[in-house]
Amino acid sequence: MDQMTTGRRQITYDARGLSEPIADVPKISEIEGAGARFDASQLSTRQINLEIRWLLSEMGVRDITVANPGAKHSLGVGILQRCKITFEGSLGYFGCGLIDGPEVHITGRVGWATCENMMSGVVVIDKVAGSLAGAALRGGDLVIRGSVGARTGIDQKGGTILVGGDAGSLTGFMMQRGRIVICGDAGANLGDSMYDGTIYVAGAVKSLGIDCVPGEWTEADTEMLERKFSMYGFGTPPEFQKFVCGKQLYNYDSLEPAERKLVI
Amino acid sequence: MCGIAGIIHRDVSFDIGTEMTRMLQAMKHRGPDSTGYALFGEVHDDQVVIRFKLADANDPRGFDFSERLERSRVEVETRLNKIGASIDRVEGPTEYAYRAQIRYEGDLKALADYLENVPGCEVLSIGRSLEIIKDLGDAEDVAGLYKLSGYTGTHAIGHVRMATESDVDISGAHPYWAYPFSDVAVVHNGQLTNYFHWKRRLERSGHRFQSECDSEIIAVYLAEKMAEGHDLESAMHMSLEELDGVFTYMVVTADALGVAKDSMAAKPLVLFESDDLVVMASEEVAIRAVIDREIDTYDPYEGEVLVWTR
Repeated sequence: MDQMTTGRRQITYDARGLSEPIADVPKISEIEGAGARFDASQLSTRQINLEIRWLLSEMGVRDITVANPGAKHSLGVGILQRCKITFEGSLGYFGCGLIDGPEVHITGRVGWATCENMMSGVVVIDKVAGSLAGAALRGGDLVIRGSVGARTGIDQKGGTILVGGDAGSLTGFMMQRGRIVICGDAGANLGDSMYDGTIYVAGAVKSLGIDCVPGEWTEADTEMLERKFSMYGFGTPPEFQKFVCGKQLYNYDSLEPAERKLVI
Repeated sequence: MCGIAGIIHRDVSFDIGTEMTRMLQAMKHRGPDSTGYALFGEVHDDQVVIRFKLADANDPRGFDFSERLERSRVEVETRLNKIGASIDRVEGPTEYAYRAQIRYEGDLKALADYLENVPGCEVLSIGRSLEIIKDLGDAEDVAGLYKLSGYTGTHAIGHVRMATESDVDISGAHPYWAYPFSDVAVVHNGQLTNYFHWKRRLERSGHRFQSECDSEIIAVYLAEKMAEGHDLESAMHMSLEELDGVFTYMVVTADALGVAKDSMAAKPLVLFESDDLVVMASEEVAIRAVIDREIDTYDPYEGEVLVWTR
């Protein structure tokens, strides 16, 4: 076992380089009814995630507050229960990935690849997010009050990403379904190679990507934006431009080889 | 993957040795192969500090290894005297890496070339204030070996390396000195795809390369542009156009710290800026390793070049 110090914490690695293959639940939370709170400043990533799991699955807690997450990576991942989690501070990379159901509030910022492959639930981030926010998002709402980095909603397959500030380049790259709403400006190559889905931008668009074209505004767009804006306290929606897939790159054969024979 | 970090104190000097060690150690998972520092400490007005190595940390130790190193060290000192430098001090934190403090007014390129002609010798840095320290292992190993705790200075960059393009040795470790320019160094996270094109071009104009590492190009490229009369910031802007690949790199000079991101924003950078301090790193955990209070950080966008001067 090799010991190393990260900041002030000790993390153990095994011979394969896996961090903390064996870790105990710290069980340090102050539990009050269905609510619990713990300080994560002295805990490792694995200990924090184990503590959250223990509270949800064994202690029947449904409202967890994590103080001082300290921008550690991979916090709050793989949570499949309906619950409420508040992170008082910032998360590092891969925060809240692979979640299905929770309502998460992060009072700080997040790093790269937040809410990757999220299935459902709500994640609200009060400050900024790094690149790849909502990568391969399947469902639920990801709300970032500040700006986001590049490639937001890459490979998005559902759900809604709502950005209060600006977005970097290649936003909605290869997105397949779902909605991205950007209240500020969008970087170069917006919606590059998108298959489907909708992108709304209130500010300036630096450039559109391949096969991303302006879309026709409908009542449903207005209704959806008003509903999402009032849900998350964004006020009255400004005027948005709508962008969709031009479907000029649709060269696929949607039939399986066996089906094709039947048609012919 | 690699991790990079940079820090600049605008007004006062701090223990940048310890600060950089903490930042790099917090990013050890990004690169456990080697760790390097470029530190700007005390400014020696009439002196030049040379950091050089006479062998690599993982060179096989033959029966006369120590004698060979000793012969090379004596040869370096003889050559320093021959070229007209007066030696104030030569000390070796390890048996293969040395620090020489000299008085020398001549051409640095001639000096570096003359010393590197000694078998096994590589000049890691030359400057009135810059010192590059790099070795195998994590930040705590290197800081312990080279006694970097308590190294007082104003600005620094550092690097933890996960070797992808070349060998795990000191020559392949970052930071790279911008040969033959006094007090310029670079760290890089990423890969350059037109490496051979630029290497051949720069070699034709007389520059030397000590490693097979693509990152060395950036240091020499910037040095070449500055020699042509461009300032640091415009040289960095040119690099965004002329270097292909994915990169976030940091550069330090005697009074500035700069960072550039490629047009794809493919490599991360997190930045904290206040009136008297700028800290940036590949990951926010590194910034939080040196700042205890709650802070707001942000990520620069693609194609950005930022430079802070003291």
